[in-house]
Amino acid sequence: MERPTLETIKKIAGGDFVFEHKLIAIIKWELPLELVEYHEHVAGNAFAKAALSVHKLKHKISILHMHKSYKFAERYEEELREGKATLQEDFEDVINGMSSFVNQL
Amino acid sequence: MNCIIIDDEAASRSIVSHYCSQLHDLQVEEEFTNAIDAIKFLNKRSVDLVFLDIHMPGFTGMDLIETLKNPPHVILITSDPDFAIDAFDFDCIVDYLVKPIMIERFEKAVTKTRYRRERTKTQRAERQDLAPTPVDGEMFVKVNRKLIKIDFSSMSVIQAKGDYVLIKTDGEEYKIHTTLKKVQEKLPEAFFFKAHRSYIINFRKIIDIQDSRVLIANKLIPISRTNRAELMDRLNVL
Repeated sequence: MERPTLETIKKIAGGDFVFEHKLIAIIKWELPLELVEYHEHVAGNAFAKAALSVHKLKHKISILHMHKSYKFAERYEEELREGKATLQEDFEDVINGMSSFVNQL
Repeated sequence: MNCIIIDDEAASRSIVSHYCSQLHDLQVEEEFTNAIDAIKFLNKRSVDLVFLDIHMPGFTGMDLIETLKNPPHVILITSDPDFAIDAFDFDCIVDYLVKPIMIERFEKAVTKTRYRRERTKTQRAERQDLAPTPVDGEMFVKVNRKLIKIDFSSMSVIQAKGDYVLIKTDGEEYKIHTTLKKVQEKLPEAFFFKAHRSYIINFRKIIDIQDSRVLIANKLIPISRTNRAELMDRLNVL
């Protein structure tokens, strides 16, 4: 499983540590909310809405520098748009990895 | 330039706002989490630039652009570069940024917007330069064996009617045995426009334009479809 890193966040912050911490704080606050929303949609078989949630989560995935997971999320988003969720379990691994990493920040 | 940021994602808004703060000529007026609130704001206030997320629940970024009558310059923010193709159907869209946005790409998009703004300003100034100039000059026409002077500034409509041309001025109407083409050759091009194969109009006398007609000196003059685009282009439209 691909491990998240702070590489992209540091690049975005460009050495501004105040902003770097601010951005991390926002991600720590916003990611769990997005995950709750995603899980609600998946549990209710609301695939189109779940696809939108995955679309939004893709930004967090890319901010956490997870290139392979991003590609995977793209495939999953597409699948959800088609009304299927066969990649759901693998996607859980991605979001669990993100959550654990973000919680430790 | 003053700008607003519209994105339902806090991290994305924060990044854009941070980049804006690094450029001396960009002031963030407001941030919005949805398009509806942004539309309410834009109906009251004008901004130079909008950073706009495409994917928002309910009312999307594209819906917002379609709703606004005169949308400001827009830089789209998206996680999906494929949307860029559709985006350039709208004149107001200057560029698009793919998340996660990097500062170099952000600066490039803002620079593009500055150029676009300057170009728009120049075009407006050129139109305004044209508008206030008085319609100097006159022409002499032969009516009943007399040569009569008609000031260009008094002319409103010139109409072809069989072998004759009717020249309507502020106070008179002259019927002259000539062709519309010959009259057109004498008129200053900057102020007169052939709206239709039978009509030449004076820009300065236009009262309003609706669909394919111009109201000028209490007359409705038809505009052909091909000429309408040129007319709109030459007018100083806000």
